[in-house]
Formats: sequence, C-alpha cells, structure tokens
Amino acid sequence: MSINWFKYSSPATFYPLAGKLIPWFYGLAAMLTIAGLYISFFVAPTDATQGESYRIIFIHVPAAWMSMFIYLVMAMWAGLGLVMNTRLSSIMAQALAPTGAMFTFVALITGAFWGKPTWGTWWEWDARMTSELILLFLYIGYMSLTAAIDDVRRADKAGAILALVGAVNVPIIYFSVKWWNTLHQGASVSLTRAPSMAKTMLLGMLIMAIAAWMYSIAVALSRARLLMLEREKSTVWAQEVLEQKP
Amino acid sequence: MLITIIRRDLLLAYRRRSDVLTTLFFFVIVVSLFPLGVGPEMKTLRLIAPGVVWVAALLASMLSLNRLFAADYQDGTLEQMLLAPQPLALIVLGKIVAHWLVSGLPLALMAPVLGMQFDLPPEALAILFFALLLGTPILSLIGAIGAALTLGLRGGGVLLSLLVLPLYIPALIFGAGAVESYIAGVSPEGHLSLLGALLILTGLTAPWVTAVALRIAME
Repeated sequence: MSINWFKYSSPATFYPLAGKLIPWFYGLAAMLTIAGLYISFFVAPTDATQGESYRIIFIHVPAAWMSMFIYLVMAMWAGLGLVMNTRLSSIMAQALAPTGAMFTFVALITGAFWGKPTWGTWWEWDARMTSELILLFLYIGYMSLTAAIDDVRRADKAGAILALVGAVNVPIIYFSVKWWNTLHQGASVSLTRAPSMAKTMLLGMLIMAIAAWMYSIAVALSRARLLMLEREKSTVWAQEVLEQKP
Repeated sequence: MLITIIRRDLLLAYRRRSDVLTTLFFFVIVVSLFPLGVGPEMKTLRLIAPGVVWVAALLASMLSLNRLFAADYQDGTLEQMLLAPQPLALIVLGKIVAHWLVSGLPLALMAPVLGMQFDLPPEALAILFFALLLGTPILSLIGAIGAALTLGLRGGGVLLSLLVLPLYIPALIFGAGAVESYIAGVSPEGHLSLLGALLILTGLTAPWVTAVALRIAME
C-alpha cells in the first residue's frame, strides 16, 4: 500500500482537515493552560530566594522557547516552499510569523517584569535578551517584507530567502552578542547556574510549554485557512466554501 | 568579466560623483553630530568613538544600497544581465565590489580623520581603519541581499533598513569591539580574525543568495 504524502499539500484537501483539527488544538490549549496555571500558581512552592515573583517564568520560559522554535519552523516551511514550490508551505510560513513575533514580544515583556524585582533592572544587555530582541527585529523584517510585496508568489519567495538568511544568522548573532557581552564586563547576572528546580515547578512549566505549542498550532492553522481562502478565491473549492458561509 | 562589470559600475559612479560624495558627507556629518549631542568631554568621546564611527558607517553604507541595482533595473540592463551566459552570481559580485569601492572604501579612509576628532591614539586609528577595511565589504555583501529583495518595492528604502540592519549586528560588534579592546589594553587580534571569518563567509554565500533573490524579483 502506498501512502500519498502529498494528499494534504493541496489547499482544497487541507482546508477541511485544518477546520476539523483547529477546535481540538484550541481545546487542548485551553485545558492545558488551565491545568498549567493552576499548578504554577497554587501547587508550585514559593521560591526560597526569589519569592513569588519567580512565577512569571511559567509564562516567560514557554514564550521564549516558542519564539525561537517558531522561527526555525517558519524558516523550514519557507525553505520547503522555495524548493518544492508548494503553495501550502509558504502559507504556513506566513501564518506562523505573527505568532512567533507575539511570543518574542511576550518573552521580552515578561522578562522585564521578572528582571525588575529579581535583578533590580528592567533591562540588562545580557546575551539572551539582546538576541531575543534581535529575533523580534527579524520577525518584523520578515512580516514587513511579505506585506510590502503585492505579488503573492514573489512575496513568498522573497520572504523565504530572508527567513533562511535570518536562520543562518541567528547562531552568529547569538555568539557575537555573547562575546561582546563578556568583553564589556563580567556578567552581573548568570542564568546558566540556575538552582535546581522543584519537580512541580518543572511540571508546571512543561505543561505551559505544551499549551503554548497547541495554541500556536491552532492559531497558525486558522490563519493559514484564511490565507488559503484569500489566495484561492477564484478556484471552485474556495467558491463552494464561501457559498456555504452566509 | 568581473573586471568589466567593476569598471563599468565605477565609470557610472564617476559620472554621478555627487551621489558618492553625498554618502561620504552623510557619514562625516553623523559622526560630527555626536560630540555636539554628548558634550565635548574627551574622556567620554574617546570611549564612544569606535561605536559612533561604526554605526555611522552602517547607516551611510545602507543609504547607498538602494542604488546598487535600481538604475540597472529601471533601464532594463538587469534583465540582460540575468539572460547573460555568465553566472549571475559573478556579475553580482562585480557590482558589489564596485559598490564597496565607491561607498565602503572612502568611509574606511575617512574614518581615521574623524577618529582624531574623538582624540583616539594613533594605533587605535590604525585599527579602526583596518577594521573598517575588513568590515565594510561585509556590509556591502549583506546589503546586496536586502537590495535585491526590496527591488522596485514601495517604500523600499525604509524596508531595506529594517531587513538589513539586524543582520549587520555581528559586523558592528566585532568591528567596534576590535578598537575598544585595543583601548582597553587587550589585543584586537581575536575581533579582527572573526571579522575576517565573517567576510569570507559572506563573500562566499552572499553573491549567490543575491542572484537567487534577483531572479525572484525579476520574475
């Protein structure tokens, strides 16, 4: 029996599939968020050194993970779209970008709120924070480039090149910022020697991370559905979908 | 082939000298504005000099990026270049070299003079010059990718800066870092080596990526 790997690479078949999957992912995201937030706020113990303020990491760490991971996934889809010339891949890349930018922004903001009581400063030119900020710039560059090009195919391909160049640059930027930081002064804060975490804390963080995953998938799929309809509005299947909706 | 392209672009730039001079004076003015804004204390100025000169060089080289492909795009020469039997990446490399010769090299030559305004010691001036000599080609190479991606777009200039500036950051860090580490009493060798490594990496990849981006833009 041969499997047709490309069955769902066509918008006409993927659109209904995404429609069926989206409620599931939203449901999982909601359930996991409730469970994760309950664990993080009521079950997890108060931290000995940081007090209650440490609880912001339950949002901060998943957001930071997602911000980096989504960029890689986005670059992968964009590259796939460039090489294989599949419409859906490029749509997925564009659908992921705003979510990634949102998580980057959330990671920066929550990081500032965590830094104020813990380090006594809103902002530190720490290697991670600086590269996270630059990651936000890369997201914004990608989104504004694809938005500025009217021709959809050119927008996809130009965006793909930018995303790939950015993905190659992310490690270079990270290390350059890290070395730059150590040159200036001995880092006043070190995140690497984190105290060993209580099990419930780790559990809460992991559940929140999975919730962030589910949310990202759900939002990206909904956005992809809209992009598909917009791009394929002259095709038969899109007309049928649009007729069913009042 | 490479020489022909470089000579052609240099000749074109020579015929429009004011364009080149505008970029250079922009660089001079931006650098000179900083002492006026920060205050004339030599101690502070010496500290910020490498960073100021480098950021100004970044901005100045970005200003001229728009012109890298725009004129050829408008009069149709670029289409002929795409159709030429010679590899497009080679033609692109020629254009980038020419662009560097008219926009990057003058900045590097001018920088020591500006550094004197900031009371940098002579050795630091030499390192500043050398770092810019290694770094400005990187700016032209990375910038060419951005220029090709934004070719013929609305508001291309502002968009170009949004795309290119984050990618310039490593060059900025190592370039300014070389001078700063010398002033701090550490050997600048490490920074300069990393800058050279970046130059080799971008030199090998950027013309090729730019060629792909140009083909997309001209579809």
